[in-house]
Amino acid sequence: MIGALIARDVRRGLTGASWLPIAFFLLVAALVPFAVGPDARLLARIGPGALWIAALTAAMLPVERLIEPDRADGMLDQLALHGVAEEAVAAAKIASHWLTFGPLLLIAAVPASALLAMDGTSLARTELALAVGTVGMAALAVAVAAVTSGLPRAGSLAGLLLLPLAVPLLIFGAANALPLEAAVSLLLTAGAPFVTAAAIRASRT
Amino acid sequence: MTALLRFECVALRRGGRMLFESLDLALSPGEALLVTGPNGSGKSSLIRLAAGLLRAERGSVEHSLLALADEHLALDRELPLKRALSFWAKAVDPALEALGLTHIADVPVRLLSSGQQKRATLARVAASNAPLWLLDEPLNGLDSDSAERLSTLIARHLASGGAVLAASHQALPGDWRALELGR
Repeated sequence: MIGALIARDVRRGLTGASWLPIAFFLLVAALVPFAVGPDARLLARIGPGALWIAALTAAMLPVERLIEPDRADGMLDQLALHGVAEEAVAAAKIASHWLTFGPLLLIAAVPASALLAMDGTSLARTELALAVGTVGMAALAVAVAAVTSGLPRAGSLAGLLLLPLAVPLLIFGAANALPLEAAVSLLLTAGAPFVTAAAIRASRT
Repeated sequence: MTALLRFECVALRRGGRMLFESLDLALSPGEALLVTGPNGSGKSSLIRLAAGLLRAERGSVEHSLLALADEHLALDRELPLKRALSFWAKAVDPALEALGLTHIADVPVRLLSSGQQKRATLARVAASNAPLWLLDEPLNGLDSDSAERLSTLIARHLASGGAVLAASHQALPGDWRALELGR
């Protein structure tokens, strides 16, 4: 059932609007040179940080469709009746969300780095940190999606919750402190299923 | 014989209002129980309690493996009906046949009428191997032909040792034990 759920969510993610966060990511990266001017040295220096901010804001976009549609449609109830634990549902959601978001973002980071005049080494380092950090981002997005699911104006609320919680990922990712980035990402990925499951159970009426 | 569903001294409070106190019920294989009552008397809450989706304020609820059809579709709207149902059960053809949905098995779920969607949720229950069926307002949106198909399906399920708990504000065809809420 878990495999089928991941396959379903990946299919829905890829046939749905999964390119929207990626387009948003590229757009934010393209705005930076307009904002700070075309000085290549300056751009290359702030490039990795700009990519991280673009990635974080892009990760926020799909939050509203991660949990809420399945809750409103009774999908989460039916999964529970089929004996799937909420924690397992959450882990599947995190896996499928990363699969539809992480790899595409890593690909989009290549043209984005060109817009920011970043060189190859800098790009490779940022890609590695993003590969590690996006897992934590996906976990955080799913947990926040579950906590805000069913609330009015959930979208804006999700942003307010998600961005501060993502600060450690941003700090260690942009500073290229890979072991610390991996630790934070692991912590978020390990904790998110339990937060998500508790939120799903609490939202049942 | 062991009961498929058992409520012992169950109390449920919703929105500060006590819907029922010390409710006892047991449902054995072959039994069908119809919960009736006016709107807001707690019929749907009782079904969700039985499904384990709600926690009782007091008392205990034990249930066997069950299948639930309520007002939620829980089917992927972009998929053809048969593929969407296949997410939940392996063999869906007999259930589609029993509810007269075979001819629209390839139609995307979002294009189905509300009556057909209701039948699709009932098909999910029929396709499950669960001995206990929970049906919340099963007749909503069904035409007389579909209602007939449903009662045949229920009779067959009861004969094969299953049990059904239904909540409805209208009478269901067949032989039902009755429980009236909200008196």
